[in-house]
Amino acid sequence: MSSLNYDYLDGNAAAGELSKVFSVDITTAAGRCAECGTTKCLAEAHLYMHGPGLVARCPACEHVLLRLVNVDEHVFLDVRGMIYLRLDTSRSREAS
Amino acid sequence: MMWRSGTVVALHDETPTARTIALQVSDWPSHVAGQHVDVRLTAPDGYSAVRSYSIASPPNAEGRVELTVERLSDGEVSPYLTQDLGVGDRLELRGPIGGWFVWRSRQAEPIQLIAGGSGIVPLMGMIRSRASAGSTEPFRLLYSVREPGAVFYRSELQAISDGVDSVTVTYAYTRATPRGWPRPPGRIDASFIAETTWSSKLIPTCYVCGPTSFVESTAALLVACGNRPDKIRTERFGPTGDRK
Repeated sequence: MSSLNYDYLDGNAAAGELSKVFSVDITTAAGRCAECGTTKCLAEAHLYMHGPGLVARCPACEHVLLRLVNVDEHVFLDVRGMIYLRLDTSRSREAS
Repeated sequence: MMWRSGTVVALHDETPTARTIALQVSDWPSHVAGQHVDVRLTAPDGYSAVRSYSIASPPNAEGRVELTVERLSDGEVSPYLTQDLGVGDRLELRGPIGGWFVWRSRQAEPIQLIAGGSGIVPLMGMIRSRASAGSTEPFRLLYSVREPGAVFYRSELQAISDGVDSVTVTYAYTRATPRGWPRPPGRIDASFIAETTWSSKLIPTCYVCGPTSFVESTAALLVACGNRPDKIRTERFGPTGDRK
């Protein structure tokens, strides 16, 4: 998928959906891409919202970092595209 | 994060296609300038649609939240919000959301705001927040807009740019200019960025909000003018989200 399509938003647009799962705002957390190793805030990921859920891709290599799909009363969350998420706990309360 | 109910307390047309919706939200935990809310509309048959809208009003303790919504003719949500919603109606809101594209009054560096069209909304929230916090930090706004009639918050921006400790406001018209305007209509280019934004030597934090293509090109121009990529924060909206 080419980033030249301009059909994506920023990861920060996913903060509302992600708040269903996490009690802190993880869009301000830094995630390390499992493919290329780039470490950026999830808010800076390229976010695709056309499908049945959300797909966040690495802004450097477009590898899928995170997928979130709602099915009935369940939320499926796939974060295997990231090696880790680093959360700043000093700011999490303020940002919520 | 739970859904809250907000009551529409005022409506104001910014342009023929954009309306500001002022809501009173009980138990609102206040917000930080630049944050957004999700709005959920539910049809009688249970079908629901959620869209994100930036908050235009400054943080306050009264639970007042203002959104400015641009009507998209093929939108699912924005035609209702800009044409049918009335004072006294209630809306479901989730928020405030997002801790990344925000300005906090303790920030002490020069701030460069760049808006494309309705991307002005969260940036106006930052300008209003600066005023309500009594901040005098140096702000500049570069506002790219199709034509003079499409400018949001026109008189307020005029007053702010005329005032003491002013915010410098520069307009870039892409299709039609006011009569006698010194620059022909056109997109923002590198020389315009160099002339009208803070020098990169001052290490400003830049906030860019607008359609995805606008944000892409503007962020690249800022980097070309010497700004550090890690000092550029972006918020894109596109055809997928009915955003703003």
